[in-house]
Amino acid sequence: MNPIRITLAALAIICCAAGCVAPQTGSEPASIDAKAAAALSSSFTSASPEWQQRLVQDEVQKQCSAARGKLTGDLASAIVQSQQATLKYPEGGLMGDWKSGEKVAQSGVGLQFSDKPGTVPGGNCYACHQISKAEIAHGTIGPSLLGYGKLRGQSEAMQKYTYGKIYNAQAYMPCSLMPRFGHKGILNEQQMKDLTALLLDPASPVNQ
Amino acid sequence: MNKNIVAAAASLLLGAGGIALAQDASVEDSIAAYREMLADDNPAELWEIKGREFWSKKRGPKNASLEACNLGLGSGMVKGAFAQLPRYFADAGRVQDLEMRLVSCMIDLQGLSRAEAEKNHFSTDNDASDIEALVAWIASESKGAVIAVPQTHPKEKEAYAIGEKLFHFRTGPYDFACSTCHSTSGTRIRLQVLPNLTEPAEAKPIFATWPAYRVSQGTVRSMENRITDCLRQQRMPLADYGADVITDLTVYMGVQAAGGQMAAPGLKR
Repeated sequence: MNPIRITLAALAIICCAAGCVAPQTGSEPASIDAKAAAALSSSFTSASPEWQQRLVQDEVQKQCSAARGKLTGDLASAIVQSQQATLKYPEGGLMGDWKSGEKVAQSGVGLQFSDKPGTVPGGNCYACHQISKAEIAHGTIGPSLLGYGKLRGQSEAMQKYTYGKIYNAQAYMPCSLMPRFGHKGILNEQQMKDLTALLLDPASPVNQ
Repeated sequence: MNKNIVAAAASLLLGAGGIALAQDASVEDSIAAYREMLADDNPAELWEIKGREFWSKKRGPKNASLEACNLGLGSGMVKGAFAQLPRYFADAGRVQDLEMRLVSCMIDLQGLSRAEAEKNHFSTDNDASDIEALVAWIASESKGAVIAVPQTHPKEKEAYAIGEKLFHFRTGPYDFACSTCHSTSGTRIRLQVLPNLTEPAEAKPIFATWPAYRVSQGTVRSMENRITDCLRQQRMPLADYGADVITDLTVYMGVQAAGGQMAAPGLKR
């Protein structure tokens, strides 16, 4: 067999492999994408296969990374559409208990390798948002949510929007920095209902 | 009538914004004041003394010190070397940060195994780290030096390109990347001000002050430690010590910070 042909065949395989991992919207050479993927797969050798899965991007993560978070036009609409399709609402009302919601908003633990197995993840909402006047140790990455329900009311449509936004923020804003708490299984239904109540309940400190 | 409502709403919004801004400013001022209060008296000096001694101490099967170690500017040249790391080392065939370079020197010069060389790389309550002491001293020998992480060798350029890619690589259950917190100016997580590391002006003072004495941890922490902890909070798995992703991200940040003035060890929360 012709050695040049073997080389060409091998090259074709390598190029295809590189092409397959490259995001469609990326502007860098595919080789850097392939090398970044290789760096990732060699950097966490003590991780279990389950944890290794965290290094594999889903389609939304791929697109938002390649676009540096600034996705526009058809690609942006496509994400909103695909993420809208992920929304799931529980039976029997979306408003939980705001007091429990406040605890979920305060808790920043969960899903880190340093957490004890079985730790119930929090929403860590205060890391990024101002929520109540009392908590001054709030972040500013996301918008202030002070007076959220007072401004918007508690209609069924508003409850659905609020729960949906917590469930999957990218169903409304493509490449949002906010974790997709329901879609990625970070928070459970009750926690998301409690957060919905924290934001909307007229008795919640958010609306005082 | 409509105009009045709009004007009233606008003044309400502005008023609320003003109060929030004033509150944010006072919180940040008090953190800055605390840092200033401690700055003249950085406990990292104790680590520097220990690191200097450790550099000259003979150990390992070859009973040698690290004094002949080449940190990039020539054998035994420590002054200013840290301001130009990570860089490509021909003998290692790869780009290395300070810690990986020290590990290589321990293996080559002292005859230690990799496991022995990397032992206690991040100190715990019970075990002090020789490497933390070494990085504190070596960093202090670059105080005032201009940050100039080299971009001449193809592997150095490649590390930057991969690092830039990884910086924006969103993944894991929370969709987080470095850029989630570090690509916008003027934001905070809880009370911690977040530097926008894509902006050279903000990257310079950050890169200049690692390694740092961490008040909350009571020890000097290295850049490897800092990035490993960022990845933990991103819900990534535990990174290997000296992992490629850490070197690549360090090169990215170092090049972003080019022209800054080294002031490590820093003093951090």
